[in-house]
Amino acid sequence: MQKLLFLKVRFSIRFRILNAQEDCSHKGSGLSLIENVKELLKAHEGLTREVYLDNENSSITPKEVIDAMLPYYSQRAYGNPTLTHKPGWEAFETIMESAQKITAFLECKTLEEVNFVPGETEANNLALLGATLSMKDKGKKIIISEIEPITVLQVIEMLQKRDFTVIKIPVDDEGFINLEKLEAAIDSETVLVSLATVNNEIGTIEPIREALEIVKDKNSHALFHTDASDAFGKIPFSLQDLNVDLATISSYKIQGPRGIGALYIKEGINVEKILEGQIGTQRLWPGVENTPAIVGFTKASELAFENFNENTQHMRRLRDKLIDVITEGIPEVKLNGPKGNKRAPDNVNISFLKCEGEALTIELSLKGIYVSSGSACTRRLLQPSHVLVALGRHFDEAHGSILMKVTRCNTEEDINYVLEVTPIAVERIRGITGSTGAE
Amino acid sequence: MSRMPLPYNPKVLELFKNPKNLGKMEDATVVAIAGNPLCGDMITFYLKINDKDMIEKASFESYGCAANIATSSIVTEMIKEKSLEEAWKITWKSVAEAVGGLPSVKFHCGILAVGALKRAIRKYSTNKNVSPDWLQKELSYEEKQALEEEELAKVLSKRMKTAEKQC
Repeated sequence: MQKLLFLKVRFSIRFRILNAQEDCSHKGSGLSLIENVKELLKAHEGLTREVYLDNENSSITPKEVIDAMLPYYSQRAYGNPTLTHKPGWEAFETIMESAQKITAFLECKTLEEVNFVPGETEANNLALLGATLSMKDKGKKIIISEIEPITVLQVIEMLQKRDFTVIKIPVDDEGFINLEKLEAAIDSETVLVSLATVNNEIGTIEPIREALEIVKDKNSHALFHTDASDAFGKIPFSLQDLNVDLATISSYKIQGPRGIGALYIKEGINVEKILEGQIGTQRLWPGVENTPAIVGFTKASELAFENFNENTQHMRRLRDKLIDVITEGIPEVKLNGPKGNKRAPDNVNISFLKCEGEALTIELSLKGIYVSSGSACTRRLLQPSHVLVALGRHFDEAHGSILMKVTRCNTEEDINYVLEVTPIAVERIRGITGSTGAE
Repeated sequence: MSRMPLPYNPKVLELFKNPKNLGKMEDATVVAIAGNPLCGDMITFYLKINDKDMIEKASFESYGCAANIATSSIVTEMIKEKSLEEAWKITWKSVAEAVGGLPSVKFHCGILAVGALKRAIRKYSTNKNVSPDWLQKELSYEEKQALEEEELAKVLSKRMKTAEKQC
């Protein structure tokens, strides 16, 4: 392990040196980065069909959501909700009514429990930093799992530097948290546990209720946070049933606009501010409220919950078609994460062996199919997806992984097109690999 | 660290779409490999060298990203019909330049490609039991870097095996 760290340090030094040389290398080409990107875009001209399945990293905002948002930029509620004039009071009314609606979808108690923030990253930062700040005299131990989202891992890394002890609970080969190890890890020093309800990369629906009971039985003071960004609007998720202290939800993950999310903070739980500035309606997040985005988030929630069963069944059908046809039709592939009802309805994550993931994402992009990969290359890190590695997937399996997420807006034709193009793309990239790495 | 879109230039994209000199060479004089699939990039070079120490043809196979494919392909173009001495003088910087520049996070692809080439030349000389003046005894920068990446892969795979035993 020490040697690994040593090598990692050497690698990062090497890369820093190389980064310093970046300008030289580009000067020779006479093309600036933006010109290169323009050329890349030109290479996509003439596409007759496009299917966006990278809903993990951003999403398409549907027309009905945009239509709901538009009046709030220029026709009404464009004021600052803390000020004493009509557009301000309109904004106040709009934000409070939105919070009320989200409160109903979350099935929590009061609208004060819903705190709007700019997104999942900010909600997780507020939850982890704000909660540990408020608990600073009670202990310095935090428990997460090995497969938490990057935003959680990076905040945790920062807390580690501030003398917090962090325990990462391992998962099994489908990504389910080891509850016995969780129980063993909890002690009186534990101030915070953060476990996502649904894993964002492989769609594993975690036994979050059992985890919560285990934590509270052993230490009733420890706060329990869950990143529910991949659960809200996709699986039944009710805070009336699930008595967590903190929960993150995100707008774009349910086809709302980017730039908005929320942190649920249970009544009576104290979380400290992590940013300073003018406080408005959101007691923990300073700055002027993004009323149109809040309206869009609310509209997207309404659309997700209005026909919840139909929507999720539709996603599940498209998900299973992708999984079944790819795993049965393309040799040397592996599904990452569980099958069936223990998997989120939108998540498809498949490793294509002998096929490097970044190369495959570019090949698919040139055909109008937009997905992401857990390859070290696309992550710009030296290691592939920490989630896939935690499952026990070999590094080369992780480098060849492709993540797709379907939405209620995807059609059967979209999926058919993906299924038509993917085998051809995989075959071409495997043709470049040839016998390399076969032994 | 910021995460910019990888701004591959048109030449890299073209070589990714239509790589030149791709594929296994049955009558290769020497074959050399650099990298490891565990690190997400690996290159195999096949060289056909005549008795005057000229590279008659070169081909490659590559497990890696678009930059890895493009730099491997351009190296096979750069060394065609060159003497081994001329081929040895190629550096990763000249390869990066030949593909019109690489994003900084992809410099190691060029390094690995040249590492594989220099390994092939060294292997050929060792096989023939010759040591020309221009062939430095100490490993070149690119060979060292390739070795370092492979060392990392070994550590990673050892760690993986230990983890498997624990399960």
